[in-house]
Amino acid sequence: MRVVEKSQLMSATEIDRTIQRLAHEIVEKSGGTSNLGLIGIRRRGVPLAQRIVRAMRGIDGVQVPVGTLDITLYRDDLSKVAPHPVLQSSDIPFPVDDKDLILTDDVLYTGRTVRAAMNGLFDLGRPQSIRLCVLIDRGHRELPIEASFVGRHVQTSDTEIIEVRLTEVDREERVMLVERVS
Amino acid sequence: MLGIEPLTVEQITFLLDQSKPFQEIQRHPLKKLATLRGKTVALAFFEPSTRTRISFGTAAARLGSDTMNLQAEVSSLRKGESLLDTARTLDAMKPDCIVMRHSASGAAEFVARRLEIPVINAGDGTHEHPTQALLDALTIRDRRGSLEGLNVAILGDILHSRVARSNLHLLGKFGCRFTLGGPAMWVPRELESLAPPGCSIRRVARIEQALEGADVIIVLRVQQERQHESALALAEYILLYQLTPERLRLARPEALVLHPGPMIRGLEIDPAVADGPQSCVLEQVTNGLAVRMALLFELIGSAQTESSAVAPAQAKDAADAAR
Amino acid sequence: MLLVKNGRVLDPSRGTDAMLDVLLEGDRIAQVAPAISAPSAEVFDATGMVVAPGFIDLHCHLREPGDEPSETLESGTRAAARGGFTAVCAMPNTKPVNDNASVTRAILERAQAAASVRVWPIGAASRGSKGEELAEIAAMKQAGIVAVSDDGRPIATARLLRQVMDYCRSLDLPVIDHCEDASLAAGAVMREGNQSVRLGLRGMPAATESIAVARDVQVAELTGGRLHIAHLSTRASLELVRAAKQRGLPVTCEVTPHHFTLTDEDLAYDTRFKMNPPLASRSDRDALLAGLTDGTVDAIATDHAPHEPALKDVEFDRAPFGVTGFETALALGLEQLVHTGGMTLMRLVELFTAGPARALGITRRVATGEPADLTLFSSEHAWTFRAVESASRSRNTPFDGRSFRGAPMATIVAGRIVWRR
Repeated sequence: MRVVEKSQLMSATEIDRTIQRLAHEIVEKSGGTSNLGLIGIRRRGVPLAQRIVRAMRGIDGVQVPVGTLDITLYRDDLSKVAPHPVLQSSDIPFPVDDKDLILTDDVLYTGRTVRAAMNGLFDLGRPQSIRLCVLIDRGHRELPIEASFVGRHVQTSDTEIIEVRLTEVDREERVMLVERVS
Repeated sequence: MLGIEPLTVEQITFLLDQSKPFQEIQRHPLKKLATLRGKTVALAFFEPSTRTRISFGTAAARLGSDTMNLQAEVSSLRKGESLLDTARTLDAMKPDCIVMRHSASGAAEFVARRLEIPVINAGDGTHEHPTQALLDALTIRDRRGSLEGLNVAILGDILHSRVARSNLHLLGKFGCRFTLGGPAMWVPRELESLAPPGCSIRRVARIEQALEGADVIIVLRVQQERQHESALALAEYILLYQLTPERLRLARPEALVLHPGPMIRGLEIDPAVADGPQSCVLEQVTNGLAVRMALLFELIGSAQTESSAVAPAQAKDAADAAR
Repeated sequence: MLLVKNGRVLDPSRGTDAMLDVLLEGDRIAQVAPAISAPSAEVFDATGMVVAPGFIDLHCHLREPGDEPSETLESGTRAAARGGFTAVCAMPNTKPVNDNASVTRAILERAQAAASVRVWPIGAASRGSKGEELAEIAAMKQAGIVAVSDDGRPIATARLLRQVMDYCRSLDLPVIDHCEDASLAAGAVMREGNQSVRLGLRGMPAATESIAVARDVQVAELTGGRLHIAHLSTRASLELVRAAKQRGLPVTCEVTPHHFTLTDEDLAYDTRFKMNPPLASRSDRDALLAGLTDGTVDAIATDHAPHEPALKDVEFDRAPFGVTGFETALALGLEQLVHTGGMTLMRLVELFTAGPARALGITRRVATGEPADLTLFSSEHAWTFRAVESASRSRNTPFDGRSFRGAPMATIVAGRIVWRR
């Protein structure tokens, strides 16, 4: 599959500003942060969750716990993944029962990833609530999933892909719109 | 997955790494996944086995797949149906893979060569028992941090042990040094030829020599049913080869004691050792489940290629396309 | 009349190596001379070919009566003809065992009607080859056996062997023994060694054979009878035979092509490589190559042992022992012995002709008055052996798909061309 870069959607500064804004929103709309927990969906949801938590600490010194979730085992479409998917461990160092969880991911698209992530969370316990925070919502939902906290809404077509590149994973920092070419 | 011998260090490491998420899942309140929902695993055990069969069955179930059970005692094998016909009958029911244990060395390969679906060798004669070696390796690696260059003692009837062979192949690839200790007629010179480059195998007659300086001790079970050979009197075995606390002290203080099971306390292993802090037998069981789940996931859980061989992943974020 | 023209006649019994024509009349050789003129004869142009005395296979299993799905006298001898053999010695382990004159006669009658080459039956040493009582050897000799053996199994005890050898000495019959110590061989499916340990298959040590050879040689010395060791496969056995010959004992031996070509390292779990005695170590194989060259070994024999596919298509432990061999014997001999420079062509021909003849107490020659049995072969013809094209009913050969340089080209039995390429 060949991809062609079409345009840059967000620069490094814009990403940072968006994360700060999301952190503020979460604090405002959560009526207290003492029962919160952030879960980053591998891979890029993880650094996002970590940055949001750091930003929240900067706001009122709140310390919200962070966990990571690998959803490979919960997917409903394994055949679409590469032939030998690498399993990573999930690591959620706090009990999930009765917690208000915020799932964090870079891009919300069909919603299947989030569905799989929720399955994974329910295997661990019974959270009080689950809300979703994403950097980009690109539409085209196939399941009834919505994000409570969205960095930016972007209209896309089916041949387009949104690539979020974060320093921790990609060694550069920007969000690109790319197109699949045959 | 027919044996450890053809695998590379990278492939083995990959499988062990892939087992970690499945170790975790054993700790979840809800252990059942839907990952392999709709898939069927055929368990073809032509040789009696409770533990391994239950382990594979549980692994399949926890991944959400269904199992088909063939047990030699109740099958038409008793009526003289050949292995080939049995395999073809199973194949006609279209399972996604076959887990097979058989008393003839080479039986798993025999079936694998004739069927399209992956075959997992759960023990073929005295040849290999690859998942046992993998779970032993996972256990050792978790406790010691690495598999490289360890002193490994294997005790017992090595000639007739597929567990011993698979362990020799696996740990040998990581450069371990082996000392084989057991009754001389069952520890022949030819075993030394199994050492891959970078690994050494020596044989000793006395258990004490095998234990000195050992980091890992693998105690084999005593086979009492022997064809074409007289067995060793149990009293002799206990006198010469039982792993007692006194003998265990000859090994390194942190030495691990592994046993493929089932153990006969008071025969090859003293109860105090079996239940002591150095014994890893319970972890072996849990890790067995994790390793088998990882293997099933690897073989039938993803976009399948033709080969049933294990390959290290080069997974790109093709996952993005499916968000 | 058949005139074989322009060939190179190699006759080890007289050391002949010359361009000679051979004229066959009826079932006898009429003339051997350069440039024979015989206007009324059918001519076979043997340019580029070696013309040898008709090859004899001292050891084969034709399976009829009793296991016709695996082979019949008709199919087996057709395969033998394709291998250049003009006479084959059929072992008695048929069903029923060839242990009395009526079975011998039945075999010979059937061969007369259906076989392409001469069938020389070997009679059982003991009744049913059970190793207890003597078989009706004298009656079988009258019916036409050429030797005695319990092959498939060893002759069970030293005492029985002594009886058989004494008796056969008086009947002027050689005794052929499959040398194996039953207690060491019990349950074993291959040679004991690094490979058997790696594969987890039960092996029999080399001593399994040589212990029995030692026994047999001493019984031969005791009785003065003629002993022929079947399918010898180890260095230790070879040394015992060498020592016996040096002491002037009438001991002969044969080696099979698969034993001088393959080793136990060639064996994985493929039942086409499973036979008894099993493939041996490299060191044993090297000793066999030397023994074939230096005269310790008298004959190459195939031990052609067909088994229908269904019987061999099972787990290694359960498969019967045996591989086929008629059609690849000469080519393997050329490949392993002559083309490597280890042996002369004359010596190779001797291993297929004068050697086996000596073991049987007969002669095999290209000379006036001798039976018109000739083997014509090329030491250069390139071809590939494919099991599916074999005339045998069975496919259990380890050499399927092997390419060769050198092949049988025509087989003449009793003055008739029974096969040509």
